[in-house]
Amino acid sequence: MNGPRDWTMEVFLGRYRNITVLVLVLFAQLLMLAWQVRGKQDVRLIRVWAVTVITPIAKVVETVRSHTVGFAQEYFVLLRAAEENRRLKDELGKLKLQNQFLRSELEMADRVRALAAFQARSPSKTIAARIIAAGAGVNSKLVYIDRGATSGILRGMAVITPDGIVGRVLAVYPIASQVLLVTDPTFAAGVISQKHRVQGTLKGQGHSTCIVDYVQNEEKVEVGEMFYTAGTDRVFPKGLPAGIVKVVRPGRTFKEIIVSPAGFQQGLEEVLVVIEGVHQQIPDASQPSASGIYILPPPPGEAPQAAPAPGSQFQGTDADKLKERYRAIGAAQGHRFGEGGAPDFTVSPAPRPPAESKPPGAAKPPSP
Amino acid sequence: MTEFSDEIMVQRTRKDRSARYQPVVMSAVCLAAILFQVYVPLLFQYLSFLELPLLVTVYFALMKRNQIAGLTIGFVVGLLQDSLSHHPLGLFGIVKTLVGYFAASVSMRFDVENPVMRAILAFFFFLFHQAFFWLLTSALLEQRAALDLGRLSVFAALNAAVALPLFAVLDKMKGTA
Repeated sequence: MNGPRDWTMEVFLGRYRNITVLVLVLFAQLLMLAWQVRGKQDVRLIRVWAVTVITPIAKVVETVRSHTVGFAQEYFVLLRAAEENRRLKDELGKLKLQNQFLRSELEMADRVRALAAFQARSPSKTIAARIIAAGAGVNSKLVYIDRGATSGILRGMAVITPDGIVGRVLAVYPIASQVLLVTDPTFAAGVISQKHRVQGTLKGQGHSTCIVDYVQNEEKVEVGEMFYTAGTDRVFPKGLPAGIVKVVRPGRTFKEIIVSPAGFQQGLEEVLVVIEGVHQQIPDASQPSASGIYILPPPPGEAPQAAPAPGSQFQGTDADKLKERYRAIGAAQGHRFGEGGAPDFTVSPAPRPPAESKPPGAAKPPSP
Repeated sequence: MTEFSDEIMVQRTRKDRSARYQPVVMSAVCLAAILFQVYVPLLFQYLSFLELPLLVTVYFALMKRNQIAGLTIGFVVGLLQDSLSHHPLGLFGIVKTLVGYFAASVSMRFDVENPVMRAILAFFFFLFHQAFFWLLTSALLEQRAALDLGRLSVFAALNAAVALPLFAVLDKMKGTA
């Protein structure tokens, strides 16, 4: 009985095995679906398994992704930062250059203003010039200025700045001139010290300092003392600052005096060429310099004691003081020098009445 | 029969043409496809049109050339996909079981190594998958979602376009079998 039926079943399953499996699988799922929908229940176990399998992998992937993305983002941020850094550096460089240019322009404007102020104050007639080139030699202390024969420059003229002497014109060309600086070994100028009126010759050494030669060992020169031009060289007018003493030591015959040139203190870009020099008095060492120190005017009703009377020029040396005293004694006794006889020098001259006007330069601050 | 149809409808035996894959590789690929489906759209919303589990099911069913193997792959992948969705279990399972079965049936008649045939099959099975899924949700769950055929066709074309390189990559894994 069962034989043919089993054979039929085997044939059926063998022939329709695939479709049978399909139907069974679909039927099982439909049942599961219907059970869930009808009973509003869930096959939680399958979901738990699926989530348990998937979520750890997702977590790992997310961790890797976040780190990778974070790294990539930081990399690109760094790239952008590097790019921005380069741009800012370029900008900073440009601004620095611009700042430097503006500073130099400002400094030049200050120098030109100081030069103009000095030019207006100085009794000598000067012409402003700009240094445009240096000498070709390695050790040469020559410069070229942009003024020449067409500007009235002549060979041998003094070249100065408001701070002091710079050199002298060595050669003149139509639109330029060659200036020998005070630091050149072949340069020489007559100078006199401010405090002890010691005369000497300023000479260049080929570097930044100069020496004052031909000063006897017995002469007194102090460190920090200023040397002024003596006017004896017929190049520089008397009374221009030449240099400040840095080192003084006794030598074999003459003192070894090393001075720092005064004219180079603010750099050397604009200079003045003395067209017509006027000799000036060397300022007294006991008096503060007119430049750089402000002195109040005397209180009302009090006459300045130390200031010289207007019209009378202060004589720096003892001989000058003695000569002034004798002139005062003669004037007090009505004596005229050169007409024979002599006044009584034992009588002290009458004290000079106090000055009525304020000393020049004391009432206002010195110009820069 | 044309020359093209002769080429496509090859006469080799099914055993010769059946590809072998290591179970680990198949499992990893299926898991990766499901992972892609649940994870990547979080980051890239525009990639949500990709139905990688379906493409993987179609590929393995085509390459196995065995209807039972095809429907089993579809059943497992579909059930996993169901487990990670808010639908009742079985919706994706039923659809993908059918897809696996039909893909394996087709593979016994056509040369599924041909890229054109692969693209056509991917396009067709995507449409079938979406339509049958819509039918099930409408019939069993009474969810009246609109079936936008134009949009579905575009997505089917995009999935077919993705299927070509994806199948080529998966072909490389046959060598590990």
